[in-house]
Parts: sequence; structure tokens; C-alpha cells
Amino acid sequence: MSKPKALVMKPIDNVATATQEIAAGTDIVVSVDGKMINIHVTEKIPFGHKVAIRDIAAGEKIIKYGEAIGAATVDIRPGQHTHVHNLGGLRGRGDLEKENK
Amino acid sequence: MEFMGYRRPDGSVGIRNHVLVIPTVVCANQVARGISQNVKGTVWVEHQHGCSQLAPDAAQTARVFIGHGTNPNVFGVVVVGLGCEVVRAQDVAAEIKKQCPYKPVHCVIIQDAGGSYKAITEGAIEAHKMVEQASLLSREPIDISELILGTECGGSDACSGLSANPALGEASDLLIDAGGTSILSETPELIGAEHIIARRAINEDVANRCYATIKAFEDSANAIGVDMRGGNPTPGNIEGGLSSIEEKSLGCVYKGGTRPLVDVIGYAEKITKKGLIYMDTPGNDIEQLTGMAAGGCHICVFTTGRGTPTGSAIVPTIKVASNTAMYNKMKDNIDINAGTIVDGEETIQQVGRRILEEMVRVASGKLTKAEILGHNDFGIQRIGPTL
Repeated sequence: MSKPKALVMKPIDNVATATQEIAAGTDIVVSVDGKMINIHVTEKIPFGHKVAIRDIAAGEKIIKYGEAIGAATVDIRPGQHTHVHNLGGLRGRGDLEKENK
Repeated sequence: MEFMGYRRPDGSVGIRNHVLVIPTVVCANQVARGISQNVKGTVWVEHQHGCSQLAPDAAQTARVFIGHGTNPNVFGVVVVGLGCEVVRAQDVAAEIKKQCPYKPVHCVIIQDAGGSYKAITEGAIEAHKMVEQASLLSREPIDISELILGTECGGSDACSGLSANPALGEASDLLIDAGGTSILSETPELIGAEHIIARRAINEDVANRCYATIKAFEDSANAIGVDMRGGNPTPGNIEGGLSSIEEKSLGCVYKGGTRPLVDVIGYAEKITKKGLIYMDTPGNDIEQLTGMAAGGCHICVFTTGRGTPTGSAIVPTIKVASNTAMYNKMKDNIDINAGTIVDGEETIQQVGRRILEEMVRVASGKLTKAEILGHNDFGIQRIGPTL
């Protein structure tokens, strides 16, 4: 088996981490709890960055390591790059507290 | 498993035999440097603190100096003061001597010595004697249960949580299983992962202190009314694929392994218990390393995704790369490659074992790359304003 292009840490994760740069238009296979899932990557994913492996609705938690790492700020489709442009952290966000006041 | 270390007269163990020259105030930095540069076999540190500080800062600053002086990796200490500062060199020297009566400690005051040249001469003569005495000591076999490991991650990328951090966690578990001690720290990088660490606490009190410590840090960041991102995760972290402090934390917490959490202690406080200890430190690499060295850790294992040169003057720091590309690019600085885990060539357990074996070699005298490069990075966490 060749080296996986992206790793999923826990079965409930909705993103995978790229172990090499993945070009837009590439079809990759990720292993989720032993099951192989095909993902059509629609955007370039730099090394170490995340790619969505499921539909994630705006406001839904983004899960990596089986834990929430933030929430989607827009709808995210499988194969899309998931990073600071569409993921908002929920902790240490004094700016959000200020807005809520 | 044993390493070759120095047994001190009070029973503590050192893995280095440094003569440390330490200024208690920024104004004494150049004299401390002058002393050290004139005496081969000494190390020195410099900093911006020691005066115009409110009491909590002055106390923390003094605790860091005393902790470095009493660290068992240090054979003897030359403390350098100006003479009119808040953190008095005489007090620091006296406290080091009180805690470690067997150590040679000399205090030089620049204003009393008659200026910089005379202070450098006085300090150099005393340091010279200490180096001579230190060089007479021999290493002896010591069980690894006496080792205190400081864990650190800096310049993290998205691979840190997949490879280098879990491998360091494995090494930490192996050391604790052998009876040793490991320090987990970097409070801001536990925000979002506090439940993972707190559920391993040995009792409710430790769990509560864990939550309270992390909450206090988050509250202090929130109070400023800004998004933490950009400060932490840093621009380099974000470029490396980390999106939020939670994501960074969830990767960071792996380096603390899986064993029970026995205590939560403050910045630069002395480590007295065995097992996994959480020290409240900033995420800033230099301030964190300085806090753990002051607490008495012998050795640090520092994981990195982006690559970093940092090292302590008195605590050997082993660098572990999270990815092979950076390891190949930063061989000047990196001791171990854990990128083999991401490459599918090694397991987390195999790399964890390699880290432990490297720790034993370094504890026995092998120099780390940061030591060979002469990194003597030193930074004290600041609490309040400068007066």
C-alpha cells in the first residue's frame, strides 16, 4: 500500500490532514475506522492542512482528534480546504465576547 | 535503565556540571557575559528583568534565578548584581546557598567591586576556581527513575499532533512507568483540551486546579477583547495548517502522554513529586523552557513542526521534528526525526522508544545540537507592568 495522502485521526472526524501537498482535482482515499473512503479534492491542500471529508454545514463543529477544533463559518463540501477562511475557533476569542456585549 | 550522571552531596542528580553566571538585573548582563567569556567551562544567561518590578513579578523573577542556581545540572554559581536593583543579588545568592549548602556560590556587586572591569575580574577568579573543582567530578550510573523530563512543543504544525507529540507522550509514559517524572506545560496550548488532561487527574482537587489554571489564562486573553489567533496559533503555526487554539491544544496535549496527572504547580515552582506534573507556563518557548529549568528539570524534549534552534544554558534540549521535509532542511538544529510516523515508516511507539534512548544518551553526556550551537536562551514570564 502506498503512503496515504491524508490521515483521519478518529472515526467521528469530519476533516483529514494532508501528509503531502494534494493538487486540486486529485481523488484520494482516506481510512476511517478501517473503511476506505474516496474523496475528490476540489482545492489545493498544502502539506499539513485539512481537507473536509464530509458535508459540514455553517455553524457545525469541525472535528479532528475526535474533538471540536472550531466551527464552520460557511457550508463546507467534502474535498474542500478547511482552514482559517472557513473555520472559526471558539476559544480564546475576546473579539467574539466583545461583539456579544 | 541507567544513565551516567553526577550524584550531588544532597542526593540529587545532575546530568551536566555547569558553572552558571547569572545577573539578577538587566544592568548586570554585560558583566555576567564578560565573566563567562573569560572562563572556559562556564555558561551565562541574560534578560531584561530584576528592577522596577511590582512584588509578584520581583518574586517570580527571583524564583527563576534561584531555581536555575539550585538546578542539579549546576555545579556552582556566580551571581552578579548592580547594587541598587529590586531583585538583590545578595538575597538570590544566599537563598541558593541555603537550599544547596554544598554548592560554591559567589556574589559580585558591580557598585561595590568598583566598576565593571573589577567586577568581571572578581567574578572570573571565582568562576575559575569553580570550573577547576567541577572538572574533578566523575559520572556514575544512576537509574532513570531519578530523571525529570520537561516536555515542550514550539513552532508546531499540523503534523506535530500526529507524530512528534504522541511520540514524546510515549517517551514520557515510558519514563513515568520506570518511576521518573515528566512536566507538561504551556497553559494557553491546553485551551480546548483541558477535559482530556483533567480527567487523568489523581483526584478532584488536581482536576479543579487544572480547569481553574487554564480558565484564568483564557480569561486574561479574552479580557483584551481580541482574537487569540495570530498570537497563538502563530502565523507560522497557521501557515503549517493549524486553524485555531483548540486544534493546537489538542495536538499539544499528546506530548503529556497518558499517565495520571499528579499535581498542578505554578511557574518556575520546584518539582517535588514523581509522575506527570502540569506546570502553569506561557506557550512562549523561551519563557516555558526557563520556567521548567527553574523548577529543576534535567532534560527537555522539544517537538517542532516548523523548526527551532532554542536551548537552555543549563538544561540539554533535544529537538524532535514532526515531519521529514523540515528535518532534512533543519539538520543543524534537529536531533530526532519523528516524521517517519507520518511517512508510514515507523510507529509512534518505535519513535517514543528512540526518544527515550536519546534522552539516556544525552543524560550521560552526549551534547544536543542546541548545546553545540551554544543556545543559552532565557526568558522570564512577566506578570504586571514595568514601573
